[in-house]
Amino acid sequence: MAVAAARPTTGTEAENPLSEGLERLPPPPTTLVIFGATGDLARRKLLPALYNLAHDGALPERFHLIGVARKEKAHEDYRAECEEAIRRYSRRKPDDDVLKVLLENVKYVPGTFDQDSVYAELHKLLDEFEQRAGEPLNRAFYLATDPSFFGPIVDELGRSKLAHHIHAEVRAIIEKPFGTSLEEAIELNRRVLSVFDETQVYRIDHYLGKETVQNMMAFRFANGMFEPLWNRNFIDYVQITAAEDIGIERRASYYDKSGALRDLIQNHMLQLLCHVAMEPPVSFTAEEVRNEKVKVLQAIPAPTPEEIAEMAVRAQYTKGHAGGEDVPGYIEEEGVPHDSVTETYAALRLEVDNWRWAGVPFYLRTGKRLARKLTEVAVTLKPVPHLAFSQAGSLGVQPNQLVLTIQPNEGVSLSLVAKIPGTRMAIRPVNMEFLYGTSFLSQSPEAYERLITDAMRGDATLFTRNDEVEAQWRICDPIVKLWASERDGLAQYEAGSQGPAEAERLLREGHRWRAI
Amino acid sequence: MARSDAVWSEQGTTPDAIEVALRDLLIERHAENERYVPARVLNMIAFVDREWTGEIANRLRGVGRYSPSRLLVLAYEPRRERLDARVTIVSEGEPESGEFVLLRETVVVELGERHLDDLLTIADPLVVTDLPTLLWSPHGHYDIVEVLLALCQAILIDSIDEPIWREAIDRACGLSKQAYVVDLAWLRTTPWRERVAASFDPSRRRPELQAIESVTVRHHPASTVSAMMLAGWLASRLDWQPSSLATRGEELLGKAHAAQSSDGRQDVALRLQSAPALQVRGLEGLTLATTSGKELSLDRGPGGLRARSRDRGGIERSWTIPGASRGEGGILGEGIRQALLRDPTYVPAVRAAQAMLP
Repeated sequence: MAVAAARPTTGTEAENPLSEGLERLPPPPTTLVIFGATGDLARRKLLPALYNLAHDGALPERFHLIGVARKEKAHEDYRAECEEAIRRYSRRKPDDDVLKVLLENVKYVPGTFDQDSVYAELHKLLDEFEQRAGEPLNRAFYLATDPSFFGPIVDELGRSKLAHHIHAEVRAIIEKPFGTSLEEAIELNRRVLSVFDETQVYRIDHYLGKETVQNMMAFRFANGMFEPLWNRNFIDYVQITAAEDIGIERRASYYDKSGALRDLIQNHMLQLLCHVAMEPPVSFTAEEVRNEKVKVLQAIPAPTPEEIAEMAVRAQYTKGHAGGEDVPGYIEEEGVPHDSVTETYAALRLEVDNWRWAGVPFYLRTGKRLARKLTEVAVTLKPVPHLAFSQAGSLGVQPNQLVLTIQPNEGVSLSLVAKIPGTRMAIRPVNMEFLYGTSFLSQSPEAYERLITDAMRGDATLFTRNDEVEAQWRICDPIVKLWASERDGLAQYEAGSQGPAEAERLLREGHRWRAI
Repeated sequence: MARSDAVWSEQGTTPDAIEVALRDLLIERHAENERYVPARVLNMIAFVDREWTGEIANRLRGVGRYSPSRLLVLAYEPRRERLDARVTIVSEGEPESGEFVLLRETVVVELGERHLDDLLTIADPLVVTDLPTLLWSPHGHYDIVEVLLALCQAILIDSIDEPIWREAIDRACGLSKQAYVVDLAWLRTTPWRERVAASFDPSRRRPELQAIESVTVRHHPASTVSAMMLAGWLASRLDWQPSSLATRGEELLGKAHAAQSSDGRQDVALRLQSAPALQVRGLEGLTLATTSGKELSLDRGPGGLRARSRDRGGIERSWTIPGASRGEGGILGEGIRQALLRDPTYVPAVRAAQAMLP
C-alpha cells in the first residue's frame, strides 16, 4: 500500500513544514525555574522526568534549569543532589554522558520565596543564559512548593518584572492543590491573574497527563458503538474509584490538613467524571476541551448542608492487615494527631443535571489502606427489561458493566452474559477484556514528562483552567466546610478492607459498590 | 524479570499442526494462570537464511519491549525437504499483585526450496488474523518478498544494508508502491530531523527556512543512503527540486532548485561527505547555512548532539543538546514500532533522494 505524498508547505509564521510526520518536535528554547527545587516532588518526579526527556532527545535545543529553594548551597551541591535524585527515581538507568550534559545546565538560587535577592539573582541568570544563547529564551516558572507559597511567589514574579518578556513566552506552572477551599482558589486565581494572563498559566493535575485518562476521550469519541448508549436512557449509574492500598507513608503533615476529599476527589476524580460526562468537543484544542469540562462541572449542583449527610460519607482507617502485614490505624501513624478527624476515605453521590445525565448518579470513592490499588471508572447499563433465563443454574446475572481501568491494568472490560456450556439454558456473566499492554508496543510516558513538555510547548489541553478549578471547588467546598466543623460522623474501616459499611447508604436501590 | 517459556516442536509437520499447537499452548498458559494474556499488537514475518537464524534471533532480542506479539520466522535452507517447526511462548515474568503478564509467541518454521511455491499457505494460518503484519527479509530474497507482501501491510527494510546504495533508493521507492515501508536508514535520521525542525521553532526563526543556501551532511561511509534521505527530506518538505549529485572524491555534490526568496536565493548547494572516522552507521553531522550568514551545525558527541551556531555577525556559539544513542537494537525496535504508525514524509523524501542519484 503506497502512502500518499504529503503536500509540502512553505515556511510561514503559522506552521513549520519540517514538523510534518515527526512524532515529536522538541519545545522551543526554554529556561525552567523550579521553586521548591529540593522538595519531594522535584526529586521524585520533576528531575527524573527532565532526565528522561533529555535521554530521549526531547528537551528544547537550549535548556537550562534553575532550582530555587531555601537552603544555602552551591550550584555544584545542587547538581549533586539532582544527580542523586535522578539515579534513584528515574524510570530508566541514566546514561552518564547524557546526565552530565543535563547537569551542566543546572544552577541553584538559594533564599526564601519572598526575598528580593532571589528574584534579582533569577533575573541575572536568565539574562546571562539569553546573552550566551544570543537570543531570547522562553521561561517557565514551576511552582512545586507548599501551596501557601504560590501566592507570594507569583506576587514576587510580578513585582520583579519576571512575568512577562517582550520577545519570549513566560509561563507559570502551578502544582496542586490549587487552594484548599473555594475562597482560597478564587483568591489565588485573582493573584495569579493579576500578574499573568490565563494563557500563561498551567495548573497541574497530573492525572490529566496519564495516557489512560486521555484515552477516555478517544474511547468515547472515536468508537461509534458507545456514544449512542452514553446517556440516561441506557446508563443506570457510574462509579469512579481511586483506591490505594498504602497508608499515608511519611506525608502526615500534608495529608492530615488535606484529607481524601481535597487530596483526590476535588481534583483528579472530578476530572475523571468530566471525561465520562462531557459532550464531544468541537475540536481537541485546549479551550474547546476545557469548555466542555466546565459545562459538566457547572451542571453538578453544590450540595446544601442538609443534603451532605445523604450524599457524602467520610471515614478513617483503623489498624488492620494489608499486604500480608499488620498495619497501624490512621491516628497511630507517625505525625498524625491522636484526635485527628481527617478523613482517609471519602465517597460522594453526585448528579449531573443536564439533558444527557439527569437522574444518573455518579458515585465517587477514594481511600487509603483499602484492599488494593485500583483506579477505575465503571459504567453500569440499565438491566434488560425482561430476563427469560431465570431457570436454576443461571448465576449472578447482572446488568452489563463497562469498566475503564486506569491502574494497575490499564484497559477496558465489558461484562456480558453468556450461556453456560451444557444442555440447559443457564447463563452467567463473562468478561470481554481489552488490556492496553497487550495491544501497544510503546510504554506510556510518565505523566510529568508529558506535562512539562506540553507546558514548555504552550499546549494547555491537559491543564486545568481557572474557571474549572473554581467549579471543582464549588462542588466540594460545602462538604469540606461541613466536615471541618463537625467532629462527629466520621466512620471507621479496617485497614485492608473494602471501606466503611456506611458507604452503602449512598447507593440507590439496586446499585452496589464494585469490589475493590 | 523472570521469563518462562512453553515450547512445542515437531519434525515433518504441517501448518495446521503448528496452529493447533499454538492454540493449545496459549490455552495451557491461560489455564495455569488467567493473568497470562497473549499480546496482540503486531505479526512479524521474518524470512531468513537458516544459517543466520541465530544472528537474527539475537538482533530481535535487542528490541526489548518492541518485540512483535507473534513472530513467524521462516528459516530457509534451499535443499531442505522436510518442514520442521518450533513454537515458543514466552512470558516476561510471573503474575504478581494482580498485574497481567504478556505472552509473546515465536514460531520458527524451517523450510526448503520445494516449499516456496506454497509459501503463502504455510505462512497465512500462522499469523494472527486482524493484526497488522510486518515483513522483514534481512537477507534479500526479493522474489520471496514479492510473494509474502500479499500477507503484509508493511515491510521493514534497511537501505543501508543494500550492497549498492543507488539500488537501495530505487528499491525503497519501488516497495513503497506496494506496502508501507519502514526503513531503518530513514529512522537513523529521525533525531536529526527532529532537531533540524526544532531549530526553526519558535516561529520568529521560520523565515530562515527560505534563506537556506547550503546543506552539508556528514555520514558513515556505508550510510550514504541515510544522508541522501536527509537531504531528500529537506528538499521535499521545503519544495526544492534537486538534481543529480556528482561524485568528487569522498563527496557527493549538487544543487537543488528552490523558489526565489526575498533575498534572491535561487539554488541550495548540497554536499554529502563521507566521515570515515565514524564508528557507527548513520549520520555524523550536518551543517545548514543561510544567505544571511547564519550557520548551524549539529554533530554527534558524548551525551548528545554538539551544536555550533554562527550568527550573521560572525559570533560563534557552541553547546550540547542532550540525547542518548538508541543503538542498533533500539533502531530495530523503533522500526517494529513504526510499522503501526504512518509517516507521510518518507516517500516524498526518498523520491527526492532518487532524483539526486548520480
